[in-house]
Amino acid sequence: MASDVKTKEGPVSPGTVSGTSGSDHGRLLDRIFRRFTVASALLVLVILVAIALFLLQQALPALRQNTANFFTETRWAPDDTPSVFGIAALLYGTLVTAVLAMTMAMPVAVGVALCLTQYTPRRLARPLGYVVDLLAAVPSVVYGLWGLIYLVPKMVPLSAWISTYFGWIPIFTSDGIFGKSIFTASVVLAIMVLPVIAAVSREVFLQVPRENQEAALALGSTRWEMIRLSVLPFGRSGLISAAVLGFGRALGETIAVALVLSANYTISAHLLTPGGNTIAANIANTFGEAGTIGRGALIASGLVLFVITLIVNFSARAIVARRRDFTAATT
Amino acid sequence: MNIARFGRKAPLIGVALAATLALAACGSNSNGTSTPAASAAASIACASGTLTASGSTAQANAMSAWIKAYQTACSGATINYGGGGSGAGVTQFQQGTVDFAGSDFALSATQQPAADARCGSGNRAINLPMVAGAVAVGYNLPGVTGLQLSAATLAKIFGGQITKWDDPAIKADNPSATLPSTGIQTYHRSDGSGTTYNFVNYLSHDAKADWTYGVNKNWPAPGGQGAKGSSAVAQGVKSTVGGIGYFELSYATQNSISTAKIGNGMGAFIEPTTANVVSFLSKATVVGTNGDLALAFDFTNTDPSAYPAALVTYEIVCKSGNKSAQLPLIKGFLTYTSSLAGQGILDSNGYVKLPAALQQQVSSAVATLA
Amino acid sequence: MTQGTIDVDPLHLATRGRLPRYATLLIAVGCALVLWVVFALTPAQGRADFLVALVLLFVVAQFLVSYFVEGGRKARDRLAASAAVAGLFAALLPLAAILGFTIVKGLKRLDIEFLTHSMRNVADSDPGGGAYHAIIGTLEQVAIATLFSVPLGLMVSIYLVEYGRDRRFARLVSTFVDVMTGLPSIIAGLFILSLWVLVLNQGFSGFAGALALSVIMLPVVVRTTEEMLRLVPAALREASFALGVRKWRTVVSIVIPTALPGITTGVMLAVARVIGETAPVLLTVFGAASINFNPFSGPQESLPLFVFDQASLPNNTAVDRAWAGALTLIILVLVLTTAARLLTSRSALRGR
Repeated sequence: MASDVKTKEGPVSPGTVSGTSGSDHGRLLDRIFRRFTVASALLVLVILVAIALFLLQQALPALRQNTANFFTETRWAPDDTPSVFGIAALLYGTLVTAVLAMTMAMPVAVGVALCLTQYTPRRLARPLGYVVDLLAAVPSVVYGLWGLIYLVPKMVPLSAWISTYFGWIPIFTSDGIFGKSIFTASVVLAIMVLPVIAAVSREVFLQVPRENQEAALALGSTRWEMIRLSVLPFGRSGLISAAVLGFGRALGETIAVALVLSANYTISAHLLTPGGNTIAANIANTFGEAGTIGRGALIASGLVLFVITLIVNFSARAIVARRRDFTAATT
Repeated sequence: MNIARFGRKAPLIGVALAATLALAACGSNSNGTSTPAASAAASIACASGTLTASGSTAQANAMSAWIKAYQTACSGATINYGGGGSGAGVTQFQQGTVDFAGSDFALSATQQPAADARCGSGNRAINLPMVAGAVAVGYNLPGVTGLQLSAATLAKIFGGQITKWDDPAIKADNPSATLPSTGIQTYHRSDGSGTTYNFVNYLSHDAKADWTYGVNKNWPAPGGQGAKGSSAVAQGVKSTVGGIGYFELSYATQNSISTAKIGNGMGAFIEPTTANVVSFLSKATVVGTNGDLALAFDFTNTDPSAYPAALVTYEIVCKSGNKSAQLPLIKGFLTYTSSLAGQGILDSNGYVKLPAALQQQVSSAVATLA
Repeated sequence: MTQGTIDVDPLHLATRGRLPRYATLLIAVGCALVLWVVFALTPAQGRADFLVALVLLFVVAQFLVSYFVEGGRKARDRLAASAAVAGLFAALLPLAAILGFTIVKGLKRLDIEFLTHSMRNVADSDPGGGAYHAIIGTLEQVAIATLFSVPLGLMVSIYLVEYGRDRRFARLVSTFVDVMTGLPSIIAGLFILSLWVLVLNQGFSGFAGALALSVIMLPVVVRTTEEMLRLVPAALREASFALGVRKWRTVVSIVIPTALPGITTGVMLAVARVIGETAPVLLTVFGAASINFNPFSGPQESLPLFVFDQASLPNNTAVDRAWAGALTLIILVLVLTTAARLLTSRSALRGR
């Protein structure tokens, strides 16, 4: 096999076989090409590290000027003297909208993926699958526009209804004003991440080996039992990846939230009342009037968002890797 | 690369190239009517180039009309006014990313050094008042017209103490109106705004006892819904029954939003009209020095027809030290806006032109920009 | 026989009833009738409410009927099926509504005037005006971003796939690229705003927007091209080496052409993703009302930014323009995505 004579870079070329290979010239070109690709990789690494360092360098002076605790302060006035700013309200809004959106979107998305792979006839499933893939590509500004023009007016009666009948649950109490609330923003986010999660989940479910499914059915299980026994366990790591993808998108979404949320810097457990803010929307709304300290504060909040996204990504990867160790033996 | 395969792709590439060229050629910048009024054309000193400006959204509609007139007469000029609020305008002027800024409040003592630094060492940034207007209080109550709100009531509404339209305080201001029991939804600016500054300035002068939140370009009171830019506040009020908000008068007229008569310190209710704003401004004095024309308002104005929540938008520009490539266009544009012709189009757009004496001072100041 | 009571059918599968085929339809009609009566007698109304209630009631009713006739296992199976189908409708309905809305409202203003005129001299409340300047801006910014990201990204992925196997440096680069795919797009915009626009004092321009877009595009291109390059069978490479072809020649003449449809797909998907990004351009291009063909100097407009700006205005004319812009954006993105998928299906590498 060619692999017997492989070195780290590939098999040694038998330069004596074809004298026209021009071994010195060719070897030089080989080395140049290889160095070129290494240089590109190095350049990308340098760019990414430079981005991180620059952002940190901009954020630190602002953090030093801050007279309040960055993580517990809700006010945002970095350019005032004294400088006071904190991401408590922003972090709360970001996490609550993203978690709510995932709570609403995940079951529906998995249901869609299951439906398309198990229950709908093949002829219908493929075009519908394409439709879901296309919907995942729609830009977020369209969702924001639709949310602002169509959803916000519709949420007023819906929120009123929820508040009337479920107002005894503390998160749904309100003082009668509805519209651009955290709940509305979460609904828009849920609709936005739904196609993404559904598309990835559908790919995952399509990978389940037919033998596993047919074995379960042959043993007399109903379709749902078969799904529970062979499809879901097999696809669990893929579903986790899909969920992380959706969650990351919901955390970082700027424009749809900026259009649909009426921003203020308060932490409120009442999800139906107007107000709330997310880190990304705050950057989009206040970057124009941010002076040097203000920009540093925004960058600091953006770095926190980035770190959260990283933590979510890497813990999901750890979970998936551990599961792979378990399931490797069975497949 | 396989030549044959490339050959198959060649027609596609040709189509793509043709499409790109067609796309580049088929766009047009000509919109709307292109016949400027003769008097306007006469006083416009054309220059070419691109100007970037940002800031006050209160003057955005006036800017839009001015830019339209200037660009129609001078096809080589492009002026981009970005809005964003007075706070953003000042910041961007200090950073040097815009050529001049619109702001509803003059540069403060803390802002002046950075603005001067932007103009170069030894140069100054000055405030040139360009357009006056009224901060109108718009409301959305179908069936209720001619609403009157005293300063104290306004302070309590925007401070969150009055929450329903049939509150006794509002009834006291409007003895003959039938008010519904709808909840009040207040809208304020979420960005740093000169409109906010002028509005709370008025409240803190004429409702001292009830407005305890101070004067700031960032909305200082708790509660209410924040919206970015005058347009968004107007949009909020327009789309919410029971909504109330403050914005420059042109936003109310352009969006058919009813405006309230607001109370001055003497118990009278004044309507936001051109004449009333002129009455108020006639008592304003120039406090800026050395070419700067910043104004101070007189809130003890006892004129019964003076609208107390007036605002003046300044164009903040370098007295000297402007970029030489931009200077002709800056001067040309600002000469037009401060001229009689430029000021003349303000009335029909929901603004108030500067008093004659002030207009002369501004015109002369523009002529000396360097 | 009096043998004893060996139950040959402990689950009673043979004796359990089965719902006839028409049972589903019958249950659905029954629920509809019940709800119709309920809606007539109570203040509840609205077609949307009726549909939602019908679906919920049907799922519950079918479960209960099936439980008592067919038993728990079959009932749970039916529940799962109806829940999945209900989920499909719950998902597709709002998404179809969004697309439908955009198409209907966008078509109102999507005409030749919209596509070929800018917003110069058009006030917010004026009718007319168009998005030509925004379309040009977006195309220029995305083209520049592609010019930066694709060659660089391709080179990096070639390194990762061909030269970097099992090397620590390659794994480091790969991890960093993974990290950057998760970067929120607003931070890319904030980075370019701070560095290029302010610290380096280059001002707002279309080029700044292109830089911000390439920060987002680069990791995506690396990931997708890497995937495509990995799909090229090792046998092709080894055959090439066996014939005495140099490694660089193998990569350039064998591996890349084989993976080319996949790479093109990946690039098209990255472009489709980046065309719709608003946040990075919001912070870097400033926006303009007139056409600016020069991306290197002066503010420019961008199509998603145009939609965002027009959407926030209280004038109907502006909202109409926003819908038309959104429709243009969707058409651009969908054309790119569909073309990419068609290309994939004809590629030699992907089987599905």
